[in-house]
Formats: sequence, structure tokens, C-alpha cells
Amino acid sequence: MCLAVPGKILSLKNNNAEVDFSGVRRQVSLDLVPDAKKNDYVLVHAGFAIQVLEPKEAEETLKIFAEIYGKDHADASGPLGHTNP
Amino acid sequence: MKNSDRFSSPLWRDRALGAAAVAEMEKLAPRAAALTGGRVNFMEVCGTHTMAIAASGMRKLFPPQLKMLSGPGCPVCVTSQGDIDRVLALAELPGVIITTFGDMLKVKGSRGLDLHAMRERGADIRVVYSPLDAVELAAAEPARQVVFIGVGFETTAPVIAGAVARAKAAGLKNFSSTAFFKLVPPALELLLSDPENRIHGFMLPGHVSAIIGLEPYRFVAEKYKVPCVVTGFEPLDILTGVNMLLRQVVSGKALVEDEYFRVVRKAGNPAAQRLMAEVFTVSAASWRAIGTVPATGLEFSSAYAGFDAVKRFKIPYRDAPEPKGCLCGGILLGKALPPDCKLFGKVCTPSNAVGPCMVSSEGACAAWFKYGA
Repeated sequence: MCLAVPGKILSLKNNNAEVDFSGVRRQVSLDLVPDAKKNDYVLVHAGFAIQVLEPKEAEETLKIFAEIYGKDHADASGPLGHTNP
Repeated sequence: MKNSDRFSSPLWRDRALGAAAVAEMEKLAPRAAALTGGRVNFMEVCGTHTMAIAASGMRKLFPPQLKMLSGPGCPVCVTSQGDIDRVLALAELPGVIITTFGDMLKVKGSRGLDLHAMRERGADIRVVYSPLDAVELAAAEPARQVVFIGVGFETTAPVIAGAVARAKAAGLKNFSSTAFFKLVPPALELLLSDPENRIHGFMLPGHVSAIIGLEPYRFVAEKYKVPCVVTGFEPLDILTGVNMLLRQVVSGKALVEDEYFRVVRKAGNPAAQRLMAEVFTVSAASWRAIGTVPATGLEFSSAYAGFDAVKRFKIPYRDAPEPKGCLCGGILLGKALPPDCKLFGKVCTPSNAVGPCMVSSEGACAAWFKYGA
């Protein structure tokens, strides 16, 4: 039930956005992410965006995976994950 | 890499990286198990994780010392039989339109009926993608009462809060919802306070945590000394989440770590938390197999009490027994796995499910039945 899918905001009016999910477009409410802007990536659950995503953080995760699991095209370092102090 | 590719890259499912992750797991698991009495038990507390683990086939690759349990993370599964009966009572009301996520259609009440059967008997039951669809339906059908069946955890509660707030702003008098919500941190405390508890680490739900952040889990690490890793849903996320938990066990640490930092921020989503706190307040909730526990769920706040479907239609709560022979309760508490149930795969299958862990597509039994152990 907690399935959520990333998509890109194509346009927005009031708090409603048109979001592209790899070619499929849907209306999405931005009531829970009031700061989202055009071209932002958002994570969508049941018609609402629940978080704004940073592509560079996804890239960073992939780089860390590549590094710790030994693929040669990695150039990031450091332990995976952010720890709650 | 294009921005859009980063979220759907095949690297998230890369075979060679996955094999390396499993190799690391094979090194870590015996060392961890040596510190935990021979076997290390982790629990995922999210039906989406249960499904992702089963669908990837990775359970077969787990080292023998590692046991991955499915906890109380499937919203339909944790909903008490008494609340399921209330859903069916709402569907019996003449003229009412019931709107729901599809998962709720086939959960049987204590009289053996489900929403699907009620529909065949003439009840108006519609599956929606979003609670906003239900609000739109209420606006389009002003002469009908539209009820949304709200169940779920902190991922879904703010979404339904958002829909209810829109209904209020639009002045809709014919929309209401149930608030059969459950909260993940108190569910963890229920498990941890059990003297028989043998859970050595929690794979925490990525999308619940996107809303609530990391702070609400701090007590798990500090008070109970149990490692926690907020984890994403791609195969490499899950393998890495397990390895991070193993590393905490091996090093004797208990921390709240965030593997899914591309989605989950330390503070969560404050706007969603505010909306959830405006529409709902913390309340007792009735859990399958556990019973009614104070401060483990949500109910409508006084400002939104008029949108509470069970109040509007005066549907009382009555305790109801679990289906006979069903082990769902023990499975939700991490005390049993689906094959331990005598009904599993014989009397109880997805096409003729006895208990909710088989009904819901993300229940532990449905996942084990569909994909095997």
C-alpha cells in the first residue's frame, strides 16, 4: 500500500501538477510538498507528491553501490547512508 | 546519466553488484549470528518490502544464519476483524458509495462476507487510485454519501488528510472517511516490549520514513539497543540495508541509519506532518491479533470530526474473532512464517484466502505463496 513512484513535474497550477512517469502523465496534488517547482522530481503516493527528490542523491547512492560492491566506474567514497547522530 | 534515468536505472537491479552484496552478506551473517545465539533475525515492517524481497527471489540467496521476518507492515493485515466488520457495515448502508484502495476488496468480515461479495449483492463499491478521486466523486454526486475506506500507516494518513482538507475547503457535506490508521514507531515498541522478542534489527519502511523522518525511531536504538536501517525498495537497496544491519550487529552498535537518503530526510516531510496533525490526533487503534492499544493509531481531530464516517453513520466497534486456524497474528508479530500455518497453500490460497495476510497482495502469506520461499 505504501508504493510510491518517482515522476517529473511538467507544469503546475495552484497546488496541482501534471507529472510525467516515464511517458505516462497524471494529475498530482502538491499539497504535501508546497515548495515543489516545475522540473522537480517528486515521489508520488496515491495521487499526492510526498517528497521532492534530488537526482544527485540517487546518483550518489548508485556511485556508493558501485564502490562498495566493486564496480570499476565508481568515483565516490565514504560509507553508505546518513546516520542519525 | 540523464536525471530521469537515475531513479529507474538498471543499476538498481544490477546482477554483478547484487552478487557482490550477497557475498558480503555471507561474510557478515556468520559473524553476526555468533553474537546473537546462532541465528540473526531481522524484520521488515513494510508490505512493500515484503513484496520486493519475495519478487526479487533474494530470500533463496540469504545465508542460513539470517532470517528475514515480515512484521506488522501490511495495512490490510493489521486491521482488526472488528474494523473490517465496520467497513462491511458501512457498505450495507442504503445509497452510500464506498470508495477504497483495491486491497480491501477481498478481506472477509466475521460473517464470511467481503466487499467484493457485497458488491455482487448490489452495494455501490468503487476502487479508486487516490482519495482525491473519492472527493471528486462526492462533488459530482451531491445527493449521495461517499465514504472512503481509510486504512494504512504514516505514508497514507497524510494523503487522506490532504483529501479530507480539500473536501472541507470545498464545503462538501457528503464526503467522509474511516481513520483506521496505525503508527509504525508504536508498533515497533509493541514488538520490542514483548519479553519473547528475538528481533536483532529492523529494516525500516522507506516511505513511512519519508513522512516522519528518523527521529521517531531513536528509542529503538537507544532504549532497546536494536539496530535500524531505513531502506529503499530496489533489490540493491534491500541487500545493502541487510548488510548495514549486519554490520551494526557485528560492531555491537545500535544506530538509526538511512540507506534511502535519496528520499528520506532526517526531519521527514514537515508539511505532511503538519497536515496530518491538523486533521488527525493520536488515538488508540485496534490491531489484528494484538487488540486495542492506546496511542498506536490516529483518529479525526475535533476540527475534522464531522468527516469521520463511523461517527456520521454511528457504526459501533465490536471485537470479533480471528478466522479459525489462521496464523496471521503470529506472522505479524514475527513469531511464525507463512509455511508454519496449517492452512497455508492448502485451505488458504490467494483465490480463496482465509486470513488477511493471504488476501492483501503485500501480505506475507500472499508473497510466499506467489514467489515461494
